[in-house]
Amino acid sequence: MAFNGHQHDDESIDEDETPTKQPRSNKEMPGCFRNEPNNEASASAGRATSDRRSSNATPRQRIDSVKKTRPPFPWFGMDIGGTLVKLVYFEPKDITAEEEQEEVENLKSIRRYLTSNTAYGKTGIRDVHLELQDLTLCGRTGNLHFIRFPTHDLPAFLQMGRNKHFSSLHTTLCATGGGAYKFESDFRTMADLQLHKLDELDCLIRGVLYIDSVVSGGPSECYYFENPTDPDRCIQKPYTLENPYPLLLVNIGSGVSILAVYSESNYKRVTGTSLGGGTFLGLCCLLTGCSTFEEALEMASQGESTRVDKLVRDIYGGDYESFGNMMSKEKRESVSKEDLARATLVTITNNIGSITRMCALNENIERVVFVGNFLRVNTLSMKLLAYAMDYWSKGQLKALFLQHEGYFGAVGALLELLHPS
Amino acid sequence: MAECVRLDSSTSSHTMDKSITLPPDEIFRNLENAKRFAIDIGGSLTKLAYYSTVQHKVAKVRSFDHATKEAASDKLYEISVQEEVTARLHFIKFENAYIETCLDFIKDHLVNTDTKVIKATGGGAHKFKELIERKLGLKVDKEDEMTCLIKGCNFVLRNIPHEAFVYAKHADSEFRFQTTQPDIFPYLLVNIGSGVSIVKVESEDKFERIGGSSIGGGTFWGLGALLTKTKRFDELLQLASKGQHTSVDMLVKDIYGGSYGSLGLTGDLIASSFGKSATADKEFSKEDMAKSLLHMISNDIGQLACLYAKLHNLSRVYFGGFFIRGHPVTMHTITYSINFFTKARPQLSVFISFSLINGEVQALFLRHEGYLGAIGAFLKGAEEDNPNQYSWGENYAGSSGLMSVSPDMNPMQRARSGTFDMLEMDRLERQLVNLPLLQDPSSYIPDTMDLTEDALAREYWLYCFEEALDGVVKRAVASQPDMPEAAQRAEKFRQKYRHKLQTLRQQPFAYGSLTVRSLLDTREHCLNEFNFPDPYSKIKQKENDMALKYYQKAVKSLEELSWEQRQFALVRGVLAGNVFDWGAKAVSDVLESDPEFGFEEAKRQLEERPWLVDSYDQWFERLKGPPHKCALFFVDNSGVDIILGVMPFVRELLSRGTEVVLASNSGPALNDVTNGELQILTERIAAMDPVIHRLDKVLAMVVRERQTDLVIIEGMGRAIHTNYYAMLSCESLKMAVIKNSWLADRLGGKLFSVVFKYEVPAGKPSQHSAALSPL
Repeated sequence: MAFNGHQHDDESIDEDETPTKQPRSNKEMPGCFRNEPNNEASASAGRATSDRRSSNATPRQRIDSVKKTRPPFPWFGMDIGGTLVKLVYFEPKDITAEEEQEEVENLKSIRRYLTSNTAYGKTGIRDVHLELQDLTLCGRTGNLHFIRFPTHDLPAFLQMGRNKHFSSLHTTLCATGGGAYKFESDFRTMADLQLHKLDELDCLIRGVLYIDSVVSGGPSECYYFENPTDPDRCIQKPYTLENPYPLLLVNIGSGVSILAVYSESNYKRVTGTSLGGGTFLGLCCLLTGCSTFEEALEMASQGESTRVDKLVRDIYGGDYESFGNMMSKEKRESVSKEDLARATLVTITNNIGSITRMCALNENIERVVFVGNFLRVNTLSMKLLAYAMDYWSKGQLKALFLQHEGYFGAVGALLELLHPS
Repeated sequence: MAECVRLDSSTSSHTMDKSITLPPDEIFRNLENAKRFAIDIGGSLTKLAYYSTVQHKVAKVRSFDHATKEAASDKLYEISVQEEVTARLHFIKFENAYIETCLDFIKDHLVNTDTKVIKATGGGAHKFKELIERKLGLKVDKEDEMTCLIKGCNFVLRNIPHEAFVYAKHADSEFRFQTTQPDIFPYLLVNIGSGVSIVKVESEDKFERIGGSSIGGGTFWGLGALLTKTKRFDELLQLASKGQHTSVDMLVKDIYGGSYGSLGLTGDLIASSFGKSATADKEFSKEDMAKSLLHMISNDIGQLACLYAKLHNLSRVYFGGFFIRGHPVTMHTITYSINFFTKARPQLSVFISFSLINGEVQALFLRHEGYLGAIGAFLKGAEEDNPNQYSWGENYAGSSGLMSVSPDMNPMQRARSGTFDMLEMDRLERQLVNLPLLQDPSSYIPDTMDLTEDALAREYWLYCFEEALDGVVKRAVASQPDMPEAAQRAEKFRQKYRHKLQTLRQQPFAYGSLTVRSLLDTREHCLNEFNFPDPYSKIKQKENDMALKYYQKAVKSLEELSWEQRQFALVRGVLAGNVFDWGAKAVSDVLESDPEFGFEEAKRQLEERPWLVDSYDQWFERLKGPPHKCALFFVDNSGVDIILGVMPFVRELLSRGTEVVLASNSGPALNDVTNGELQILTERIAAMDPVIHRLDKVLAMVVRERQTDLVIIEGMGRAIHTNYYAMLSCESLKMAVIKNSWLADRLGGKLFSVVFKYEVPAGKPSQHSAALSPL
């Protein structure tokens, strides 16, 4: 799982776009029937586009049913979590020349800004390696982009939306996650945007099922670790998630939600735990003085948890006591930041594994899909989870992972925009 | 893992304070005959266990041989005080710092023992092995910790009433004790030491560690020390209790701005522990971080416990380990967590299916949790004596009680012995079982009033017992006229019991639910402690002799009455006899000033019908029906009560063709007639009354064999303070005179109000109507 470095082309989030190299070559635009100009955006007048609209008011002869129900561009799905905002953006690649000519300037500007950069401001990042190309959505073909930035930078994002006159496009902004509720009024007052709020678990499941179904070619969306209990032979292998139900879906964000999914619309939240990605990062910041997830993970990868955890060699199975050695003053003084980060990661991950295993037993489910941004570039945790599921269930329980880890809620939100359920 | 080993160099180099002197009267008692030692050494506390025999005085009654006319006196029986040897289990808990001093003390006082081995358990047993072997000359024999823990747990659950409790921080009474269940299995034991062990216990010998977690007390301690630079576990808890976790934790409302309505997750719920500390540029207070950590760990353990309980379909979950031990803070957070994870909130019924078939999971804690390992190790070593075949009772005089050494719970000044927590258990003469005639033994709560929860009642009764103390002391001295040091002993008794009352005022929960019964038991235990086995023996003797003289006269006058009149007179006789009671404050005043307080006068004092509780008419109707097969009569006081009140009533039952089993106390309590006295009395009465000879004199569990269909319970103690609400599976008659104005007030009556409660169990027509139906 390669992590593409991002280029800091922009220093400020509202600076004009600087073109960057596209990650993959664009295919020829399919010049078929989907060449209607994209003027839906201006169907309801906005101040900035009213002139343009009146001059281009010629209605098209062929209006297909897709178009009728198709929302105007831009197409966004947003998931505002406790730590990160996840944004998916559909970039239509089948825009005809005519369409392009009719496209309002603001829309064009947003498209260019998002697609020609891989980093936005100091903290916004586009996960280029996750981009899905040649995707057909609602009759349009294009690329799906995956962008994230910290929730605490949401004001800057809103400011950008305001500067780019996003509201003039009169699009519906579908948003999920707690922030959709918490920041609803900020969207309204700061950026003149009305949010369409969606339930995060509904979106999550919808997103998972959708992405798994559309990804073909390239690395498999779903994968697992073969030989999880043998570090030397443990390798990542593709997995086909056909016939996925019943399924335990464990979403590890700041906190953790565990869902038992029986079909796209039939699921229940089994339980959750507050010991999640936020706990890992929070404790690491306090213990090591680091400030980012990447830093914390980097330290963890270099540390050793057994210097921090206390091994109990009692006959009941030699489990260890997280941070048990830290009761000792000498050991506290000799421990490194890397060891502390490692111990934190191992503790949080194993705890999630343990709760998940119990839920799987209680719900009688044998497949577990782990998602959420805690797992981003976190092979260590994924392997630990794979190990724990396999070891404790004596091979009965399979831990599965998805390439698009933390973006499923945002994808679900986008799908809701296109196909209201 | 009963306790973790603390590795701090500051504490591990156990600075042994050689200068401390141990109060020998108070701790390590009865070492002379001690045997079967066991020790459980944890991270900070050591628990020592041993078995010893205790010689103490018991009052015996013996019939004078009237045939030989050897005794010139007109007394029916003689009283003698005899030495009796009983078995006692001692458990002492002290800080590891005292271990060497304690071992020296034990060595010096251990004389008669042929003990060669000391059973040891706990993480520290290994560390102190050499010291113990050197000091005591005993071989240290290590026992598996988990086995000891479970054995200990089974033992306390089976033997100690009100051992388990639920903790409710904001309730009137923080501790809500559970009544002892006849069947203690199966249960889940969650031991929170450094790590967490979750053990499923199915029977005495069958248990299995079904799970665990690395996030336990060690995580709180270790991570807490790193975050706050606070080394001591107790200090960390103190910090935590002062902190605000909301500044460190990311709550649902921090993400949602409010609650997550569709899932019913409230805004205050923690979404991500330490979620707000993921920033380099903010300082957090030690208190807040400690609090957040405490919540994180408690919630996590609670959640796992619930998941395991659900998977194994268990509803009783006991929590122990040093993380819990006597810390209200952690008991509260664990309880909160369990409640959160098990309560099926209505709006969540679709999402959360947590409620168990057998009811919800409850977080239960144990009063003697700290002793489990030591008790278990002791039991392992005492297997050849088979202590489990006996019943053992907590000795309230010799036991410290819950929270005795918790500084934040006990504001009273503590003596040196306060560092030492003790539990003593006496071997009971017989196993205590529930009366087979109870409708539902598992829900039977003998005590009518729980003084732990009823603050007003508690105040009154504690005052009452304190007021009565002088009289009891006087009575105790008078009962041993030939012993010159009796006054000194009586004074010691006074101090001990007064101290107990003071403790109970501060910590009503110290010995489980506080009840009038437990206050009386505590007094008896204290009296026994100072060798006053029966302070009322002389008075009872005098009263019995006096009442016997009137027996035949009383019977004769009853026989002269018509059948109808007689039935009523018999009931009035029992009630009037019950007015003679030294236990009741109002009456003991009268008795003391006027010993001639007559039976007739007592009858005049009685409330006129209708009584406060009055089902005499139903009882009377019943008497017209066929006789009962067998009546079990729980009798109360000696003297007029038993002889002039109860016996004529019994006589009438016998004449009807009903067998009668008389049930009395085995040991003395105030002026209650004891089994020994009752046997002599009934023999005497049988000798002069041919009707009585069919009386069954033995209190035995013949109740079922005899097809007992009537239970009669007499007196305030048996029919009002306890058993008032007890539902029996056969007919029952509860008779008492309220001889206490406060209680009368409470029950809406007045002094000498009568409770006459005749009950026929629902769905069981009285035999009378059943007999009528075929006609």
